[in-house]
Amino acid sequence: MKIGLFIPCYIDQFYPRVGIATHQLLVKLGCDVHYVREQTCCGQPLANSGYEDSSRSCANRFINNFSDFDFTVTPSGSCAYHVRHHYDFIQQTSDVVHVRNSTLELTEFIVDVLKKPLPKVTFPHKVGLHSGCHGLRGLRLAAASETKESAFNKVEELLNAVDGLELVYPERLDECCGFGGTFSVKEEKVSVAMGNDRIHGFLEKDVAYITSADMSCLMHLDGLIRRQGLLVQVVHVAEILNESVYGAS
Amino acid sequence: MGHPEEASRFLANADRAKWHDQTLWMVRQKRDVATGFVSEWEELRSVASAIKEHTLSRLDDYLTEFESNALLNGIKVHWAENADEHNRIVLGILSRRKIDTLVKSKSILTEECHLNDFLQENGIEVIDTDLGERIVQFAKQPPSHIVMPAIHMKRGEISELFHEKLGTEKGNEDATYLTRAARKHLRDKFLKAKAALTGVNFAIAETGGFVVCTNEGNADMGVHLADVHIASMGIEKLIPRWEDLGVFTRILARSGTGQAITNYTSHFHKPRKGQELHLILVDNGRTKQLGREHFRSSLKCIRCGACMNTCPVYRRSGGFSYKSTVPGPIGSILSPGIDLKKYSSLPFASSLCGSCSDVCPVKINIHDQLYRWRQEIMQHNNGQVQGKIFSRMAGFLLASPFWYRVLSSMVTGISKVFPGALKNSFLVWGNQREFPPVPRQTFRDWFDQNAGKG
Ligand code: SF4
Repeated sequence: MKIGLFIPCYIDQFYPRVGIATHQLLVKLGCDVHYVREQTCCGQPLANSGYEDSSRSCANRFINNFSDFDFTVTPSGSCAYHVRHHYDFIQQTSDVVHVRNSTLELTEFIVDVLKKPLPKVTFPHKVGLHSGCHGLRGLRLAAASETKESAFNKVEELLNAVDGLELVYPERLDECCGFGGTFSVKEEKVSVAMGNDRIHGFLEKDVAYITSADMSCLMHLDGLIRRQGLLVQVVHVAEILNESVYGAS
Repeated sequence: MGHPEEASRFLANADRAKWHDQTLWMVRQKRDVATGFVSEWEELRSVASAIKEHTLSRLDDYLTEFESNALLNGIKVHWAENADEHNRIVLGILSRRKIDTLVKSKSILTEECHLNDFLQENGIEVIDTDLGERIVQFAKQPPSHIVMPAIHMKRGEISELFHEKLGTEKGNEDATYLTRAARKHLRDKFLKAKAALTGVNFAIAETGGFVVCTNEGNADMGVHLADVHIASMGIEKLIPRWEDLGVFTRILARSGTGQAITNYTSHFHKPRKGQELHLILVDNGRTKQLGREHFRSSLKCIRCGACMNTCPVYRRSGGFSYKSTVPGPIGSILSPGIDLKKYSSLPFASSLCGSCSDVCPVKINIHDQLYRWRQEIMQHNNGQVQGKIFSRMAGFLLASPFWYRVLSSMVTGISKVFPGALKNSFLVWGNQREFPPVPRQTFRDWFDQNAGKG
């Protein structure tokens, strides 16, 4: 099974540690992982801003880059969602259909495709789980609090297997963190208010870490946390599962 | 001013914004509890959605079926293509009977048509009889929420307003005391009014009758005492059969306020002896929306208000920040269809979190339509050629591995070299947030040095 790794632009540039953790984790799980050096952006920032049309070449390149793989895996719920859900604006060739069907977010790939137990890891900390909205309501990585489906949570399933990790949720289980791509600057005030509320929801529960399967939410929360000097750290799920959280014992 | 500026103003009063957010979140929680008791909730949503979708697909047939049955029942049926026609029909009915006061129960449609202003300009006194609507009417404001029109006002402000308008004790904020005062005041109006206007929650094609849901019984109070009953409805309010109604009365109040059912579910089928019953079917842009493939399903809306209560943006920016009759997520997909330019900031007033779509009892894919409107708006915004050129350039550059590398390293080295638009975004990000720390190497560098070998 050939796996193509898609590392979104902001992870490549700002959070290589998340890309590294994802790569290493997949290798540990016995996957044949490939990183296509020609990869760029999936086009989501443009499309969400209303410029779907201008993002056509990004989308086509994405398809070209990943059409030879059995699965395309990415540590970003939001990029996977964009490819799966929004790529209907390009012509639906068999390559496009294949890539759209086989692009998965990391945790769903592990839970739904690999279905393998993870290597034993320890993370003896109180961790708050933030469900990124595109992963939650777009990819259905978990049952959203609005729906009355029976409860499931793929990310939680993986974190539950980590030794010593105490998983908690904020009072408002899965409210949006307010990142939303360009929303974070177009609607700065609302975005910041949402982010601060989210962080305080976690602080109320006394967590040492906030984790998520989506690094973009965490980038936004981290920006607020560091500006205010708050005592909580953000960490991507892949880093915990790969036991490579920076500075953690 | 667009939504972001209005939202900033609202958020400038942090305490009030927080109170507003928490108040509406409580309503969302009540909804969660109420829907939790219905084990077949998701099935109900699917059925409700399917009924509405089917009705919209044959709306013309159902409308004529409804009309002929309503006529048989003795209802006078009127058709209004737009707000102006609707308002004139109402005025015509009142003038013929020389009626100069109208009591009105909640109707968002008449807000949409600006009926109150029109009638008042023509010498008719309009009294909104829903408590929340009466409050905003006293305050000379539009409703800020479609189900709870005065949700933006604190009790102290209402007490102040009642003191001024109804002569209640200054500083008495007791809810029972205040509602009693309102009731007394309204009772007097009910007794005198010769005409009553109601909205319509559901109209049934098969029976030619309609249903009005209220919590205060004010619709009935008005209608039962008046000689003339006028009901105004948007043409999308139809359901095909009598037996479909139960699906909707089960989801409406549970979604909106967390009640199992509204306190009053009033059925109107024919005029009382000696009473005139008029029904006005209003289009006002609905047919146009029906013709828009991507946005058609927005007409499934039953105006329960749940998407407002759940929306993290609405809760933190207030109903007035949308400056449209219907605020919140559903308003943001309906309003651009009415005036694309005026409401062009609304589809962007969302993080696209999707909570609205999951909460919606008729399963409107609201967040998808927000995304879709963004595309429409950017294609139409001839004013902003710059944005278009910029996006084209960005699209081209981001698709090219070489330029992607160059751009990315520019991003990490930030700003000096950057075009204005992007630089501004960076500055805004940095107002209240730190930029991510720039690591020593990118993922790609790491890959080249480590995993990429061999
Ligand atoms: S869009 Fe759905 S949730 Fe919003 S008011 Fe209409 S029916 Fe209710």
